[in-house]
Amino acid sequence: MLDWILAALVLIGAFFTLVGSIGLYKLPDFYMRLHGPTKATTLGVGAILIASMLYFSFSTDAASLHEILVTLFLFITAPVSAHLMAKAALHVNIQQVARTQRYGDLHQWDKPSE
Amino acid sequence: MLKNFYTRLLPHPVLTVILWLIWLLLNNTVAAGHILLGLILAILIPFLTSAFWPEKVRIQSPLTLFRFLVIVLWDIVIANMIVAKLILGRNDDLKPAFFDVELDIQTPLGVSLLANTISLTPGTVSCDLSADHRRLLVHALHVEDIPGAIKHIKQRYETPLKKVFTAC
Amino acid sequence: MLETVLPIAFALLGISLFLSFVRLLKGPDLPNRILALDTLYINAIALVVLLGLHLGSALYFEAALLIAVMGFVGTIALSKYLLRGDIIE
Repeated sequence: MLDWILAALVLIGAFFTLVGSIGLYKLPDFYMRLHGPTKATTLGVGAILIASMLYFSFSTDAASLHEILVTLFLFITAPVSAHLMAKAALHVNIQQVARTQRYGDLHQWDKPSE
Repeated sequence: MLKNFYTRLLPHPVLTVILWLIWLLLNNTVAAGHILLGLILAILIPFLTSAFWPEKVRIQSPLTLFRFLVIVLWDIVIANMIVAKLILGRNDDLKPAFFDVELDIQTPLGVSLLANTISLTPGTVSCDLSADHRRLLVHALHVEDIPGAIKHIKQRYETPLKKVFTAC
Repeated sequence: MLETVLPIAFALLGISLFLSFVRLLKGPDLPNRILALDTLYINAIALVVLLGLHLGSALYFEAALLIAVMGFVGTIALSKYLLRGDIIE
């Protein structure tokens, strides 16, 4: 039973990691590419780490919980790095797809094009 | 007098508990020696670095925080599947959007937690905070109804956060 | 079951590393390359943890934690460089 759960978790993790990278590869502009890696990969790596946690908790007698640290660290850092990368991209004025909708008072973020 | 002594010795109780847990997790043990060493470090580090943490963190209602965390974890799992479907679909069907969210939270911790939550729940990334800390620029991968999305963010994430971290 | 699934997972992760690497080469500009590097290190963490599962050794956890810390600092430093033109002011 445990074996099946582990296998499912590992497959789910690898699949979501792959989806994140596919998004990075095929989406048309930077801001859309940002979505794939920052989330799909966190869930993907999270699932693999849970699998590792279960495996080492049951193969040895002592519970092995330190994988939680990596998961926690990734869940804290992924949004921070995404935020900074988006900020940097806005700063250097990266092209966005023409069909991007705009809503609300956004002109304070518009840069005069050089 | 006694209360004063406590606040001097333990300037950030939340930080102390977190440091203690991290020390035990890092060593992957609950041996008595590590519990004691972790406790000493967890008291000593906030005490020595308290000058760098001017803002006091006070959690108003732990139950709301817990419910919020469960909701966010659930949303991450569900929304990840939706984003996976969107990514594997056709590029031309996607409707990306930039919009701004007016913030009701004023505390820096609340704002940063809200921004992190928005980035973690797939489909939206918080891109920038305006200079006056009142609006958050958000990019969404695919959104049909923008006012509805803003309302969703405000109701589901901002209201509980505001309740937990009111001005302290 | 786990032993039959692990090679498949390794293959999927290999493909995702390759796709991120292609994005790293193609660019077309610096933020895209930073994003590709960010994805590469997260994929590398998954690969290292899977290797630990495959070999049945808990030692690889420390490597994964170190990659996570260093990768995060690298991403932040590169983004800061784009934002300010300088890393340490």
